[in-house]
Parts: sequence; C-alpha cells; structure tokens
Amino acid sequence: MTTIDVSPPPTPTRDSLATRYHTFMSRHASLMPTFAAIAILIAIFIGAQIYFGNFVTPRNISALLLDNAYLLILAVGMTFVIVTGGIDLSVGSVMAFTGIWLAKLLAGGTSALIAIPTIVLGGALIGLLIGVLVQYFDVQPFIASLAGLFLARGLAYVVSLASIKVENEAVLWLQSTRFKLGDWYITPTGILALLVVAVGAFVMQFTRFGRTIYAIGGNENSARLMGLNIARTKVAVYVISGVCAGLAGLVLTAYSGAGYPRNGIGTELDAIAAVVIGGTVLTGGRGYVLGSMVGVFVYGTINTVISFMGAEQSWTRIIVGLLLLVFIVVQRAIVARAERRR
Amino acid sequence: MDQAQPLLEVTGATVYFGADAAIEGVDFRMFPGEVHSLMGENGAGKSTLIKAITGVLHLDHGSLTLDGAPLRLHSPVDALHAGISTVYQEIELLPNVSVAENIFLGREPRRAGLIDAKEMRRRAHAVLADLGLTIDPASLLGSHSVAVQQLVAIARAISTEVRVLVLDEPTSSLDVDEVAELFRVIRELKQRGVAILFVSHFLDQVYEICDRVTVLRDGKFVGEYLTRELLRIDLVHKMLGHKETELKTRSRAPASGSGGDDPFLTARGLTTGKGIRDADVDVFEGRVLGVAGLLGSGRTELARAVTGVDHLHAGVIMIAGTDQAFTSPRRALTKGVAYSSENRRTEGIVAELSVLENIVLAVQADRGIWHRMKPARQRELAQSWVEALGIRPADLDRQAGTLSGGNQQKVLLARLLALAPRLLVLDEPTRGIDIGAKVEIQNLVSELADNGLSVIFISAELEEVLRVSDRVAVLRDGHIVDTLPAAEVTVDSVLALVARAGTDEGDE
Repeated sequence: MTTIDVSPPPTPTRDSLATRYHTFMSRHASLMPTFAAIAILIAIFIGAQIYFGNFVTPRNISALLLDNAYLLILAVGMTFVIVTGGIDLSVGSVMAFTGIWLAKLLAGGTSALIAIPTIVLGGALIGLLIGVLVQYFDVQPFIASLAGLFLARGLAYVVSLASIKVENEAVLWLQSTRFKLGDWYITPTGILALLVVAVGAFVMQFTRFGRTIYAIGGNENSARLMGLNIARTKVAVYVISGVCAGLAGLVLTAYSGAGYPRNGIGTELDAIAAVVIGGTVLTGGRGYVLGSMVGVFVYGTINTVISFMGAEQSWTRIIVGLLLLVFIVVQRAIVARAERRR
Repeated sequence: MDQAQPLLEVTGATVYFGADAAIEGVDFRMFPGEVHSLMGENGAGKSTLIKAITGVLHLDHGSLTLDGAPLRLHSPVDALHAGISTVYQEIELLPNVSVAENIFLGREPRRAGLIDAKEMRRRAHAVLADLGLTIDPASLLGSHSVAVQQLVAIARAISTEVRVLVLDEPTSSLDVDEVAELFRVIRELKQRGVAILFVSHFLDQVYEICDRVTVLRDGKFVGEYLTRELLRIDLVHKMLGHKETELKTRSRAPASGSGGDDPFLTARGLTTGKGIRDADVDVFEGRVLGVAGLLGSGRTELARAVTGVDHLHAGVIMIAGTDQAFTSPRRALTKGVAYSSENRRTEGIVAELSVLENIVLAVQADRGIWHRMKPARQRELAQSWVEALGIRPADLDRQAGTLSGGNQQKVLLARLLALAPRLLVLDEPTRGIDIGAKVEIQNLVSELADNGLSVIFISAELEEVLRVSDRVAVLRDGHIVDTLPAAEVTVDSVLALVARAGTDEGDE
C-alpha cells in the first residue's frame, strides 16, 4: 500500500527501522492488543502441540471453525456494537429464539427458503427494538439489551418448551456437508461464518458507515458536531447484531440438529469475552472484526485443550476469565498511555 | 457607515436557560474578509452566542441571516451545510482514528461507494501543508500533541467550502510559533473572503488579528467597535463595566501598608504547569489580599497553586516562616489554608444534602469516620454558623441546592470556617449572586479579616476587589506584575496595569 509519508524513504539502516517502527506505532497502536491475542493463540498451539504431540492437526483446526461458527458470527455483530461504546446482552437469547423458531417452522412444513429469512428478520427486529430504545429513549445499552435478552428468551419458551428435532434436508446439509482438501474440511456453516467475518471487516474498514461507528466510539459528541449521522448508525449496529444472532440461531440449529429453547444461556458473555480478548476496547472506538475472530479461536482452542486433558469444562471458564482480566488491564494501560500523551 | 453587506447577521438574539437569559437582545454582524472578535468575561454570553451561530443552540428570540437570507439552524449539520465551520475550545476531534479521517469524516473521497483512503490521505496532506504542518496523515490523531490536534481541527474547518469560520479560543494550547502560523492562515482566509469569528482572551492577539470587536457583558450587547479605533483600556472598561450602583464602602479603613506584621503565608517564584509564572505572594495576618486580572490571566490558577491543588514546578510556599510542601489541598488544610473554588455548584455545594450536612461535611471529614460527631453537636455547630453568617432561610434541614446563590456561598464559607482556617482563599465568591448578597459576602470577608483571618480574595469585578482588599496583586498572563496597597490605587490605574500590552519582561 503506498501512502504519502513524510518520513525519509526507508534505507536499510537502524535509523530507518526506528522511523518505521515509530510510523507504524503512530498509525496502528490500537492493533497491539490484537497482536497480543494472535501471540497467545500461537503460544497455546505450540504448548498444546508439545504436550499432546498431536494437537495441531488439520482435523482439529477444521473442527475449531466448525464448533465455534455460531460464536464467531455472534462476535462479529458484538464487535460492531462494542466499537460504538455499547453492549448487546441479548444475542444468546436471540440465538436460542431464532433457533427454536426455525426448528418449529421447518417442523410445520415451511420451506427453508422462507423460514431462514423469517428468523433472521426476527433477530433484526429485536435488534431494532434495542437500538431504538438506546438511541431515542436514551436507555443504557446494558438495560435495553437486557430487556431484549428477557424478551427473546421468553419468546423462545413461547415457541416451544421442549427441543424440536430438525429433519429439513437443506438445513442439515449446512452442517453435514464437508468440502475436503486433504485432511482439511469446511462446512457450509463455517463458510457462512467466514463470510460474515469478511463482510463485517470490510464494512467497518472501508465504508463511511463503518468509520462512523469508530467515530461514535471515539467521542459521540464530536462525531455529532462533525455532522455524522449518529442516530442511524447507532440503531443500525444493534440491528446488525440482531441479524448476526439470527444467523447464529440458524448455524446452531444446524450444528445440533435441533432447536432447544435453553440454548445459548450465557453465550452473550462468551461472545463479549472473545471480542475483548481479540483486542476490542469495551469503552469503544478501538477494535477489529478480524481481532474478534482471533478471540473466538483463542476461546475455542482453550476449550479443546481442556477437553483433550479430560479436565472439567469449568476450567475453560476460569482460564477465559483470567485471560479477560489480563486483556482488560492491558487495554486500560494502552488507553491510559494514549490519554497521557494528549 | 458600512459600505459592505454583512455576510452573517444576528439581531436581537435571546437564549433562555430555564428562567434566566444567557443572552438577551444581542446584535452581531460578520463581514466577509474580516476578523471579528467577541469579547467579554466569563458568563458574558460568548459561548451561548457562538452556539447559536453554529446551530448547537436555538434562539428563543431574534433572527439569523446569512447573505441577507433568513437562516434556520436546527443542528450543527445545518450550519456546516450553510458554510459555517467551527473549531471549538476543547478539541472536539477523535483520538482513535487517523488524522486524515478527522479532517474528512463525513465527506471522505469515495470510489465506487467505498472510502478512497489513498486519495483521502493525499488531500489531507495538502490541507495540512497549507497550515505548515508535516505530519503523517495516516497516524492516529491521539498520537499527536494537543497543539497539533488543534491545528488538525482547524484543517478540518478550512477544508470545507467555508464562508464563516468560528474559532473559539483556538490559541489557548498553542505556543508562539504555532499562533503565528495560525494567524498566517487566518490572513490567507481573509483574502479569500471568509468571515472569521476569533475568540481569545489574549488582548494582544485580538489587537493583532482582529478588525472588529463586539463586547458582551452579562449576556447583554455592549457595543460593536473597530479595533483600530478602540483603545485597549476602553475595551477592558467595556468588558468589565463600571457599576454605578455603588454600595456602602467597607466598614473599616484599609490598613496602611503591611504594618510591620509578619506575613502568614509567603510564596516565592511559584510556577505551575497551568500557566502561573514566577509569582510572589505575601499574605499578612488579618489582611485581605485581592487578586485582579482578566479572564485567563491566571486568577484561579494562582489560588490553586497556593492551596496545593495544582502541582508546583518551581517555587516555595512558607507559612509563618517555615517551608511547606502542599502536595494536596488536604495537606494545605492541615496548615490552615482553605480553598473555596469558583465552581460553586460542581466543586463546592452538595445540592442534594441539607444545609446542616453541607456545613458539617468538612469538619467530619477532618475528624475521620471513627470520630463521628454527635447529632446534637452537629446541629449546634451548624446553627452557630447559620446565625453568624446570616444564612437565610435559617433552616438547617433544607436542601442546600434550593438556597439562593448568595446563601449557598455562605454555606460554603461556613463549611470552611468550621475548620478554623488561618488563610481563606476565595475564588470568585460573589459570581452569579445578586447585588445585596454580594455586599453581605464582602462585609463578611472584612469582618473575618478584622478577627484575624487572612484572606485571598479573587474576583473578576475590580471595584469589588478594591473595596474588600488591603492590598491588590495584579495578574497578567500568569505573572504578578505588581502588588499595591488598595488605598493607593483606583479602578482605572489597575485597569491600566491589567490592559498594558503583554511585553512584561521588556517593560519592567
């Protein structure tokens, strides 16, 4: 990428390296937490490979994407919301609601072509409700999305109290099809998740809408004074998060072969944890969709390691909790450093 | 008189905050290719008028015309579309995105609907070069100094099709060279026919760059003048005003000189990061030291330096001859130095608590939570102060926030006096309270001094400073230019000191 750069043209001297380092840091300081997450992911891979001897295999890594596809989709939506400085606690419940609703619609004979857009729209509507509450009724995002959480969970129970098995060919195909390349494989759900990541990353980086999200997270009042469209953007991020939750409902239902109203209890917190581990700052303004993907993989890998060790799954929670703590402290340090320089 | 047609004209502007008018019937005109300054002390209504022009606030009465056509602004966006760009006093930019984005957010160059980052950086580079700034447009704004950020804000404002440029104290964070650079840009914009509103409390800068001045006082229009026809001293007069409603003079004669007393507090060479330079202060026992100076001259900063709120870069503070290191207001308090902030509402009174609780607060904090005062003792203490200071209504259980400004101020005084301080630093104790209450506070200060308390009295109103004080320290640009016995000066002679061109190092 060529840029106009006032620093002298790079020559292979130590000075130039320092200049390049300085230029890089002044441009991409907010990438550091994401790099840290990548480093941790690699460290876990190396450590697990040494310990188990057969950890980093195409099979395991393919499974990582397959098992965490729904979380990845949720994390993308969550990144949009958190970068504006908000939070969306509803996504776990919305995923459960859309998932069971899909199973019910399919069981009732509705075509997948109609059922899938319907449930995604349902997720979008709950997101819209939260966004409108936040933007126009000045409700704290925490409270507004908590209302969304209860609403969606309630709706899930209204749809069905018991699990509903999915027998629809198209939906099962999403999960059971494996496109193989040697020992590597990917399912349509995995492709969907990666597609969501790609679109999300692209929108946040290269569109005016995406940059407005960062502007709001940086300083909402400034963004307003700059004449940016705050209201539309803020509502839109919750709608996006709702759409992602709807897609995650589809993926989860396909993955487990059934809809279940108790799915995804606490999953919103897993998504938030993954987003934060991936380098997004909870106070907004800094973060990357690709970082959140790394965060999900860190989360998923810890999960796999724990089950390889045959230990209690609660250890996953403990380790993720500790990691989260470390990351929040690191972020705080970075933000504090930035503030000192002002 | 004026051959040209004003580009922007405000007539009869009135804005209410609740029942109070922040500005009332203000007229204001801006001409193309002219730099216009808005002058006035704190609370004169400058910011309110600026907000009305930039669409942040709505006029309750009055009208706004641009190029002779009525202009209705519903939001800052409307103002932007009308060609009115603003650089606010506090930097209103985004530290978390790049310099280029800060300049072009909302109107980025796009290709096929997507942001053309390369083109944006190229244009940003050009705009910044216009301002004499060679920084990497792709770097994050937060990685630069405040001064650079300020220039980026200006770059944003001038990169649009700007017709009216509002600069609200743009120079407060700039050094001399950066100000010169900014003035060069302002002159260039003048050539292009832009109407510029330049607000600064540095008189030198106003006289250097501005063609026209509008003075506001207490939310009212005082007058519009051509800078070259208005003497500095007259400008200061108009800003501060001469209140003819003279009140009864202080009951005691100002003590002549310092009378051989030893100073209670002596400060030498005080220098802080907030702009106080090499200030010497002597406060004598039982005497009032008045502090006079314009807004931005360092009145509050001096109070904060003396009372340990701000960290000293250099200088010493001695109390009764021994060196002190006030690392916090609390440390100062243990030596008997109490500070009452100018921000009564935010840094003083706790509006939700009762009068009783407000008064007892500091004493209780001093004793610590393990030595709780008995409720009866609290009442007794508060009651005595309410009576001594004449707080009305004399109802201890009333919410402090419901009292009038003057009585809130007295409650604050009571709180500090309950600590039995030896030096009281009062920063604008009479701001925003009615005239009768002002006199009461002034008399109270005199009485306290008669009883042996030392006082530093800071006020924007010169008459008041002269009336209350024994000696007056005159501040200019963070430096004490002179300390004079109050009996030997007049408002005019102090004004002359305050307004003199700021070449103080040279003319002393």
